[in-house]
Amino acid sequence: MTIGRDEVEHVARLARLRLTDEERERFTAQLAAILDYVRKLNEIDTAGVEPTAHVLPLRNVTRPDEVRPSLEREGVLRLAPRADDGFIMVPRVIE
Amino acid sequence: MDPTDLTLHEAAEAMRGGGISSREYTAACLERVRRVDPVFGAFVEVYGEEALEAAVAADRRRAAGEPGGALAGVPVAVKDNICAAGRRAGCASKILDGFVAPYDATAVERLRAAGAIILGRTNMDEFAMGSSTETSSRGVTRNPWDPERVPGGSSGGSAAAVAAREVPAALGTDTGGSIRQPAALCGVAGLKPTYGRVSRFGLVAFASSLDQIGPIARSVRDLALLLEVIGGHDGRDSTSAEGSPRGLAGGLDRGIEGLRVGVPEEFFAAGVDGEVRASVEASVGRMRDLGAAVVGVRLPHTPYAVATYYIVATAEASSNLARYDGVQYGLRAADPRDLPDLYERTRAEGLGPEVKRRIMLGTYVLSAGYHDAYYLKALKVRTLMRRDFEEAFGRCDVIATPTAPTAAFALGEKTADPLTMYLSDICTISASLAGIPAISVPCGFTAAGLPVGLQLMARPFEEGTLLRAAHAYEQATDWHRRRPPDPAPARGGGV
Repeated sequence: MTIGRDEVEHVARLARLRLTDEERERFTAQLAAILDYVRKLNEIDTAGVEPTAHVLPLRNVTRPDEVRPSLEREGVLRLAPRADDGFIMVPRVIE
Repeated sequence: MDPTDLTLHEAAEAMRGGGISSREYTAACLERVRRVDPVFGAFVEVYGEEALEAAVAADRRRAAGEPGGALAGVPVAVKDNICAAGRRAGCASKILDGFVAPYDATAVERLRAAGAIILGRTNMDEFAMGSSTETSSRGVTRNPWDPERVPGGSSGGSAAAVAAREVPAALGTDTGGSIRQPAALCGVAGLKPTYGRVSRFGLVAFASSLDQIGPIARSVRDLALLLEVIGGHDGRDSTSAEGSPRGLAGGLDRGIEGLRVGVPEEFFAAGVDGEVRASVEASVGRMRDLGAAVVGVRLPHTPYAVATYYIVATAEASSNLARYDGVQYGLRAADPRDLPDLYERTRAEGLGPEVKRRIMLGTYVLSAGYHDAYYLKALKVRTLMRRDFEEAFGRCDVIATPTAPTAAFALGEKTADPLTMYLSDICTISASLAGIPAISVPCGFTAAGLPVGLQLMARPFEEGTLLRAAHAYEQATDWHRRRPPDPAPARGGGV
């Protein structure tokens, strides 16, 4: 089970990363080496072991449903690369 | 005496006693930054004028008899992934070009409430992904003990700034060792608190189940003081733990008579440099001389820590970093053809190679067909690693290991092979995966004059025990008082 160029290209698409040919070559070799290394986990028998996604005892955190101040709209829009008339502008998505 | 040699608590005490003003001390730090930072590159931005104004205001309040907080008038630096309102927060990444934080991180808010002055932002590996601060888009940071070597990472700027006497303390962040490893390589003290001890609100997320903010300073007392200030529950971080760390500094001097120090053989195995091993073993002997009982413990899953971490952390990162898409803030690629083009080109132009590599790896291990084989498997091994610690802490109160397998390595030495770089985290990752607190303190020097760090780990929320043990060791040694040589002036052009 190793990773090939096509799979690297597929993963890049999932991750919304455009790779150059050089990057695709380099990542293919490097990811293959890293995956080869991490497969050493298969030496361990984990049958019946619960996964740990989080180290703290998880519980639901709620707060009273009260209106609180949020970030000021103009300030947020000023951070956007393009904003106009109260909106963040992006390329047209609907023809 | 050069005021920049004062530790954080010494500076705070000197200011309270009238021995030095905040203005004098802050000006001395800024002068030191001006003189040495062109060589070391620890800071990405220094707030010189504003820091001096804040210092003058702190002196005025003190003169007026206002009580002031624990850190009144003392400058502190903050890593570039922690938000301070109205300031850039760049994560040393091009993709955050132009981003100005709209609010204070809780840790910064609490520093300010205690009277601290934010001196500037420190350099780091891009998005905290690295062990040498070489993946920064802002240029490398150099180790004050040898400018041809790395300061460690990812909080390399914070550790170098503290070691070089540019600032008495700095906040760093630790996901797999990013506070402890640079602290060790720069000869200063660094604390990764228990997961949940310090609020992550306002910290730019890398791997949310692992990230913790913590202090880097030149004495254990300073770490205790800083954790008391920044720690404690915060309603704005739903993973923040209940309760507050109290009495940490007050409990430091109780000694370690009868404390059980566990030594896991797995951390002294192949890959750990002989000089490092000798220093750490000598420091464990020193703790025995101080009254501690040294016991052997086993952490059998240690050889699997790096593999587990690079699945868990990259999986979480691939999800967290999906937000950098060029839409709401930061960089946007010019003239996008359509929305997917905007996303893909912005990320291609804005993210560096290590960040891309980790996003790719994390996306792969979470993708259909591979999730169970990699991600789920790693989460199960993480459980086994937690159990290792639970069992070990049945026999001891703290665990002593090297912080890093080697002293500082040369710039460029490990950049060609990512796996070699990942293995420099081999001693720090276990505590991150288990969520337990861990500290690094200076414990010796190699023959080449490079600092070595001793790592101590403790049960969850037992920072008090950890700090007390580290303090007892520190007080019996003088490694932490050694000062790196002053650098030759920077040649033109910088790095």
